[in-house]
Amino acid sequence: MRTVVPVSEVVSETPSTVTLRFPFAPAARPGQFVMLWLPGDDELPMSLSYTVGPSKGVTIKAMGETTRRVLSTRPGSSVGLRGPYGRAFDLSPRRILAVAGGSGAAVLAPAAEEAIRSGARVSVALGATTAAELLFADRFRRMGAEVLLATDDGSAGEPGFVTAPASRLLGSSPFDAVWTCGPEVMMVKVAQSARAAGVPAHCSVERHMKCALGMCDACALGPYHVCTDGPVFESERLFAETEFGRYHRDASGRRVPG
Amino acid sequence: MANLTVRLAGLELRNPLVLASGIWGESGVSLLGAWKAGAGAVVTKSIGSVPRAGYPNPTIETYGQWGMLNAMGLPNPGIDEYPKEVEVPLHAGATVIGSIFGGSAEEFASLARRMAATGVAALELNLSCPHAEGYGTEVGGTPEAVDEIVRAVCRAVRLPVIAKITPNTSDPAALAVAAERAGASAVSAINTLRALAIDVRLRRPVLAHKLGGLSGAAIKPVGLACVWQICEKVSVPVIGVGGIAGAEDALEYLMAGATAVEVGTAVAFEGVGVFGRIARDLSALLDELGLPSVQAAVGLARGGAPAVPARGGR
Repeated sequence: MRTVVPVSEVVSETPSTVTLRFPFAPAARPGQFVMLWLPGDDELPMSLSYTVGPSKGVTIKAMGETTRRVLSTRPGSSVGLRGPYGRAFDLSPRRILAVAGGSGAAVLAPAAEEAIRSGARVSVALGATTAAELLFADRFRRMGAEVLLATDDGSAGEPGFVTAPASRLLGSSPFDAVWTCGPEVMMVKVAQSARAAGVPAHCSVERHMKCALGMCDACALGPYHVCTDGPVFESERLFAETEFGRYHRDASGRRVPG
Repeated sequence: MANLTVRLAGLELRNPLVLASGIWGESGVSLLGAWKAGAGAVVTKSIGSVPRAGYPNPTIETYGQWGMLNAMGLPNPGIDEYPKEVEVPLHAGATVIGSIFGGSAEEFASLARRMAATGVAALELNLSCPHAEGYGTEVGGTPEAVDEIVRAVCRAVRLPVIAKITPNTSDPAALAVAAERAGASAVSAINTLRALAIDVRLRRPVLAHKLGGLSGAAIKPVGLACVWQICEKVSVPVIGVGGIAGAEDALEYLMAGATAVEVGTAVAFEGVGVFGRIARDLSALLDELGLPSVQAAVGLARGGAPAVPARGGR
C-alpha cells in the first residue's frame, strides 16, 4: 500500500542534487530506503537521507531522465512512498569510518548522525568529482564528525579519489567499522582496504528494483535480494557469495559486467 | 507421517508445493534458493525470445496481506541468456519447469525447443502474455488459440507440457480442454486476474501500465472454482494456483481435484521459507484428517465423499 504525501521542502544541495522533504510517519532506520513514486514518471528506490521524526527526506542526484526532472520539483507537488524497506546499518560500532562517494553521502549522513548521537565517533572521507558536488560536507561537520575531503579535480580537499584518504585513515586510526556508499568500484576498493586493516566493512548496494518486496528477482545479488537482505551488506559476504563488483543485472535481468 | 510425494506428468515431486513463475525466477541462484528452501519443484520466470525490461515502475501494489496487483510486463533476460541461469539449479539436482511466453504459436514452439535444450524437466506455457498483434488480449484467451499454441509446442518438444490457464475468460475449462486435446500433459490454473487500482488523490491508476494482474489470498476462491470446473472436463493432472499461503489453502485445491499446487505471492509476504512451513503443516494436517498421503486427498471434495471425523472427536 502506498502513501501519497506533499513535498514540503525542496533543497538544492549541489548543482546536480536536490533533497525532497515530506511528512512520512513510519519509523525508519539509516540505511533503509523507500520506493519513491514520481507520479506519471517512475518509481525509484531511494535511501532515506533524513530518517528521524515525522518529516523525512530523500536526496536525489540527476543521473537519468527521471532524476533530471526531479531537480525541478516544487514544494506542494505530490509523491508516493512505499516502505521503509530493507536492512539498516548496525549502529553498535563506536569508532566508524564512513567513506562516501558522490551521492553516497546521502545514505551515510543519517547513519553518521545517529551513531554520533549514540556516543560513537565518526570520521568521514567524502569524495566528489569537484568542490561544488561535495554533498553534505557541512552537515557532516555540524554533526561533529571528522571530515576529510577529496575531489577528482582537486578543487577542494585532496586531489584524487576518496579511496586514498580512506586508506590512510584506516592505517592511522583504530576503527571498528567502515561504512561505505558510492560507485560500486569505489566500494570494492574501500572494502578491500578495510579487509587489509582487519576492519569489518558494510556497503550500501544499489540494484534495479521493481517490487522491493523480495519477490520479483530484479535486485537479485548472489543468493540475496538487495531490497530485503540489503541494501546494507557486510562486504565479506558480498565478496564471498555474490557478483559484487564483477557484474550487475540490467532491467531485464541480463548480467552486465561492472 | 503423511506421504507428500506427487507424480505428475511424468515428474516425481518430493512435495506438491511448486514455486510459481515470476517469483525468484530471474536468477538461477534464486531458483536454487527456492529449491533448497523446500519447494517440490520450481518454475522459472517466463522467458521470451529477446531480453525485456518490462513495464516502468510502479509495477506493484499490495492490499494488506490479502492481495497483490502487478504489471511487471514480463521482464526477463531472454532465452539466449537464460541457459546460464537455469543450469545453476539443474546442476544442483532441482526439479525445474521452464516457463515460456510468445506472441504466436511459432514463437512458442521455437522457445520451447530452446528451453527444452537447457535440460528442464517440463515446460509451462504462459498463455496470459499479450498477443503479438497488439490486440491487447491474452495470447491464450480462446480455445482455438490454446489449441494452436499447445499443438505447435508438443510437436516441437518431447518434454511434458503444462498449459497455464487464464481466469480472464468466461470458460476457463474450455481452455483446459483445448490444451489437453492438443497434447498438454497437465494444466495449471489460474494465472492472475485482470485488475486495476486508482489513486484518488493523484487521480490516476497506480500502476504505470494501468491494468495489472491480481494475485494472493483474494483470488483463492476464483482459482478454486476454475480448478473445480476444469477437473470436471479434463483427465490430465491439474496444478492449482492462486492465493495459497498455508496448508489448508493447498488442501482445498487438492480436494477440489488438483494434484499439486503453485505458490507465488505468499513468498512476498513470508519469504521463501513458506515452502518448508507449508510442507510441515500439510503433513500434520493430513495426519490430523487421517489421510495417508497427498495423493489420497486429491479430488476428495468431489463426488460427495463422507466427511472424516476430526481426531479426538465423538
